[in-house]
Amino acid sequence: MSQLLQHLINGIAAGTIYALVALGYTMVYGVLKLINFAHGDVMMVGVYMGYSTAFMLGRQAQGTLWGVLLIFLVAMGGCALMGFLIERFAYRPLREKPRLTALITAIGISFTLSYGFQLDIGFLPGAAPRAFPQIIKPAMWFTVGDPEFPDVVLWNWQVISLLLAVGLMAGLQYLVYRTRFGRAMRAVSFDHRVAALMGIPTDRVISLTFMIGSALAAGAGLLYAIKDTSVSPLMGLYVGLKAFVAAVIGGIGNVPGAMVGGLLLGLVEEFVVGYAASTWRDAVAFGFLILVLLVRPGGLFGRVAAEKV
Amino acid sequence: MRRFAPMLIAAFALFAAACEKKTQPAPSGEATPGGQAAQPATPGGGGTPGGADTILLGEVGSLTGAQATFGISTRNGVDLAIKEANAAGGVKGKKLAVRVYDDQGKPEEAAQAVTRLITQDKVVLILGEVASSNSLAMAEKAQAAGVPMITPSSTNPTVTQKGDYIFRVCFIDPFQGFVMAKFARENLKMDQVAIFQDNKSAYSIGLTEVFSKKFAEMGGKITATESYSQGDTDFRAQLTAIKRTKPQGIYVPGYYNDVGIIARQAREQGLTVPLMGGDGWDSEKLFELAGNALDGSYFSNHYSPDNPDPKTQKFIADYKAAYGGVPDALAALGYDSAKVAIAAIEKAKDLSGPAIRDAIAQTKDFPGVAGTITLDSNRNAVKSAVILKVGDGKTTFVTTVNP
Repeated sequence: MSQLLQHLINGIAAGTIYALVALGYTMVYGVLKLINFAHGDVMMVGVYMGYSTAFMLGRQAQGTLWGVLLIFLVAMGGCALMGFLIERFAYRPLREKPRLTALITAIGISFTLSYGFQLDIGFLPGAAPRAFPQIIKPAMWFTVGDPEFPDVVLWNWQVISLLLAVGLMAGLQYLVYRTRFGRAMRAVSFDHRVAALMGIPTDRVISLTFMIGSALAAGAGLLYAIKDTSVSPLMGLYVGLKAFVAAVIGGIGNVPGAMVGGLLLGLVEEFVVGYAASTWRDAVAFGFLILVLLVRPGGLFGRVAAEKV
Repeated sequence: MRRFAPMLIAAFALFAAACEKKTQPAPSGEATPGGQAAQPATPGGGGTPGGADTILLGEVGSLTGAQATFGISTRNGVDLAIKEANAAGGVKGKKLAVRVYDDQGKPEEAAQAVTRLITQDKVVLILGEVASSNSLAMAEKAQAAGVPMITPSSTNPTVTQKGDYIFRVCFIDPFQGFVMAKFARENLKMDQVAIFQDNKSAYSIGLTEVFSKKFAEMGGKITATESYSQGDTDFRAQLTAIKRTKPQGIYVPGYYNDVGIIARQAREQGLTVPLMGGDGWDSEKLFELAGNALDGSYFSNHYSPDNPDPKTQKFIADYKAAYGGVPDALAALGYDSAKVAIAAIEKAKDLSGPAIRDAIAQTKDFPGVAGTITLDSNRNAVKSAVILKVGDGKTTFVTTVNP
């Protein structure tokens, strides 16, 4: 029973991060019908931005509130700028081209980032994995069971990560459904040509969507780095793929769907590894994806829209 | 959704294609005739890189990817040995050169790289890999082509069983598993140990097998055997399962990049018992990744930088001067493997595969920086192991265990 509780804590911690990354896929897909395969790698770059900032701040400042805020601001801001540049120079010129072209470009950017960051020149980090500094000073909040082998352990950063993730998601939900910009976004998503005719600055809306998605990716990446303590240039490929699966399970293009998909995936993986074997982790995760797509082709929260001809 | 499905398929196809090839050729003055990719049938004479006054060796290692420090350390060690040999006038009146290919730590890339070394670069001998899974993929190709191969630090026994052209200058897994089981039982007085193995690595599985057998034979109990896959970064589920069995120690025969994170997460999950491992732990990166989570843990290794042997100390000084930092065991073994190769080439009657093979097989009492090397009839080095204790971001020598 206590083991189950520990698995729940671990699964939710992993799931919220998948959910946050999945939100980026979902937003961009919702607006552009483009699967931005570079999303996971933008996350990776954000993590390295946070890593460098933490080092520049030094050990003393890392644990303080403003230190953490600054690290998050730099990483999220930096990624927003990067998202803008990627959209402006890689995707916008291809917007009226067949959709496959943009998809291939996205994969190209993904590999450029993940393999480019393995170079060991100048500011680039090199291939080897690195330890992410403990920007939130770890403190055990409670334990259950005998002190030498506690049954359940809960750390402060697990709760802080969860709160941060939920906060970011709530903010996004508010932005999409309660603001003028959100309405513009949904309009562009519905039909960007008609939206442009109605006076919506489509390009600006799309740019902003990319920027928000990339900033979210950076935030998620930092939470991931705090959780798993190790960062490497290839982390984006792996986490990105998992988050993409989460987005599809939830129904890609759907914000609550991405959250539920991420959480489900995190929990499923945790239980599979905890009670069966780690070899099954990916098989079960992708099996789950196939199952969901068979039963509900649009994902759990998605709608299957008939195409108008 | 209908539009989305073909995109998804296309995306995965592209991912697969992009993952396929990424072998990085090392610089060399070779001009490819006609500009197309040179494959086996390059006409003899002029096509051979380096020309007639150079002997070309091949090396395959993980210069990028998660185990990059393995490949880089080994390459540095090999480089140092080659430079020394060239400075001393070369071998058989010729200079030595090494062509290095990166395999990103993946067996399929390693197999491809070795094929290129044999068919395209026509090397006389191959050095590599560190990871046993990669060496296994390479050994098959080298054996089939009759090109001698020396692995500096692959400890899985099956590597040299691939054939009589495959050698190694390190001890094998059964010995490492045996050493740690004995140490845990006799020196640390442990009765109950859990095992956390990497089930994607032949190395980790090999160590686990022997450790659990020996430990049980000596009256100990294995409380749990959990596994992970290399590259994972979340080990909490398995650690939670291990925690339930209340072990006195955990045997984690993995590679440093995973072990560092495992150690942190084990401490975080409330497991304070010592971890134990093998030479896969050996990297300066380990301490960066683990922080102080590994303090009080032990691992078996090929050599200790504390070894007072002047030969070893000279190597450490030379290495520091050339690359900075203290050489790890993989650098030392890379150096030793190149030294053994150079000595064999010198001794061989010509540069053909069989001649070099026979010369390597006769290696006896060779003074390596990581111990004296004598190859047995199975082409494995018979050497002693050291146990190192981790504390305060460095290792300290505990004891030597002889075969």
